[in-house]
Amino acid sequence: MTIRVLQRVLQLIPVLLATIMIVFAMTTATPGDPIQIMLGDQRATPEQVAALRHDMGLDLPLAERFVSFVWRALHGDFGRSFFHRRPVLDVIADRLPATIELALAATVLALGIGIPLGLLAGVRRGRPTDRAASISALVGVSMPGFWLGLLLMLLFSVMLHWFPVSGRTGYGDEPAAVTHLLLIDSVLSGRPAAFADALRHLALPAITLALPMAAVLMRVTRASVIDVLRADYVLFARAKGLSRRRVLLLHVLKNALAPAVSVAALEIGALLGGNMIVETIFAWPGVGRLVVEAIFARNYPLVQAVVLLYAVVFVLLNSLADLLYGVLNPRITA
Amino acid sequence: MSASLTIHEASPSALGLRRFITDRTSLGCVAIVLVAGLAALFASAIAPHDPADADLMRRLQPPVWQAGGDWSYPLGCDGLGRDMLSRLVFGARVSLGVGFGVVLVSSVIGTLLGMLAGFARSAINAVLSRVADVLLGFPYLVFAIGLMGMMGPGLGNIVITLVLKEWVVAFRVARGETLGAREQDYVEAARALGCPSWRIMCGEILPNILSPVLVVATIRMAHVIIMESSLSFLGLGVQPPSVSWGGMVADGREFLAEGWWVATLPGLAILVVVLAINLASQGAREAFDPRLHR
Repeated sequence: MTIRVLQRVLQLIPVLLATIMIVFAMTTATPGDPIQIMLGDQRATPEQVAALRHDMGLDLPLAERFVSFVWRALHGDFGRSFFHRRPVLDVIADRLPATIELALAATVLALGIGIPLGLLAGVRRGRPTDRAASISALVGVSMPGFWLGLLLMLLFSVMLHWFPVSGRTGYGDEPAAVTHLLLIDSVLSGRPAAFADALRHLALPAITLALPMAAVLMRVTRASVIDVLRADYVLFARAKGLSRRRVLLLHVLKNALAPAVSVAALEIGALLGGNMIVETIFAWPGVGRLVVEAIFARNYPLVQAVVLLYAVVFVLLNSLADLLYGVLNPRITA
Repeated sequence: MSASLTIHEASPSALGLRRFITDRTSLGCVAIVLVAGLAALFASAIAPHDPADADLMRRLQPPVWQAGGDWSYPLGCDGLGRDMLSRLVFGARVSLGVGFGVVLVSSVIGTLLGMLAGFARSAINAVLSRVADVLLGFPYLVFAIGLMGMMGPGLGNIVITLVLKEWVVAFRVARGETLGAREQDYVEAARALGCPSWRIMCGEILPNILSPVLVVATIRMAHVIIMESSLSFLGLGVQPPSVSWGGMVADGREFLAEGWWVATLPGLAILVVVLAINLASQGAREAFDPRLHR
């Protein structure tokens, strides 16, 4: 196992380098002079322009720029956000807890909806439960996330007034920051009202992000349950006299879960992209909204850093899922 | 005289086609996509009004089935008083056009490179496969938003961005199928006859890997349509006066309370078209898969 982990970590190095290379290549795709675009209508002396150019490393030849980009990225130095007048990494760090809270909530919801539904549909294959679940899943994967978010907002915020339209909190005073996740911090500081408020704000964005992911998870789980139910060892377990429930819990669930886990990790990629859209719709103060704002403010260093951050997180999660897949399914050891 | 016994042996693809066109759901879905495609092609002839014709007197005029609706603007008007129906018809151009165009270009590029990589199995294969792996390991929308953010909005940039990410899908399918096909006897035979490599690839392998590539291409079109509309929703897509469904949903965000139809109808259009493509390709897979009909 230790060797497998080490192998996996070594394999990561070229992948991460290539990822950095793609992000670097993106930055060279800006039409015209990025400095002029960033400055826009603002007046700047030639000295200031030159200083900014030097600060962003744009005065170096391309190869040197790449090496310096990689070097600085490895040290967590993504330059300064021209707009915020602070290091890019600090700006991102401020927004990160909100995004993590939303992503965690959505993942938990998606797993909680998708896997049990998939299990149910797989076991009751061809019956009305299965058909209803399968059709909902197909609609779920065919629906654009931004539209789902607006529909939920229209129904539950605008018409029913159950949930707030946007934002992360309605309070001016937030609970003492320990984890920076509002749900957990409000419990830690023993403030049920703040907890309820945080939950009400979190609900719609989390559901919007979770439902498409739940749909994919449901389909994968259903397919693998159907596969596993056909396997000889399930027949054997039944013949042995094990109850249907025990067979489902002991044999089917464990074996059907492995594909769901690797798909869940892939779906995190969709979640990362979707988070940019959902945070924009619900004015959620996270990194996703930050990057969309940064694009329109032509704040290139910030866009670059966030895209790289998301790509790296995705690569790491995929490797983690590979390892987890091996644990769930020991036959895959190669 | 003996009674002659005739067996009508239809080819597998003819059987598949027969199964496909007798399936009502699949047929209905194909019809929906065709109607949307025709609307996109003949938008200027079909649309009752100019999609850019704004009139604040008609601002947020509701659809015909609601009080205050009017048959000359059956689906109502948006926040600038522009006809929703005409905008939906013109929006189909961008959504379906980008969906079809991106999938077409990426499939051609991906299939050619995939055949090359699968057939050559040399350094070309190693390099292309690594590039494909890395691109695949990049979250789709993050890649698209990041690159569009750098290049700036516009129809051409959307197509470039999505093709850069999308060719990998066809590449992997074509490469995998080619790896299998090159071991077959007919390829061996062609090589023994002295056929040059390019003729084996185009004449022998391509026809044999075409159907999996086509099946994947149809499913990917649904995905590309959602990606385009997501970019347009964020304001990174086509710019006004061009109309896109994603951009229309974004326009409707401010009017959720006063005019639900402005954001809802274009989203419904995306859902219906994407769902139809998904259902039709699912039907096609089931109809043409011989393993399901033994």
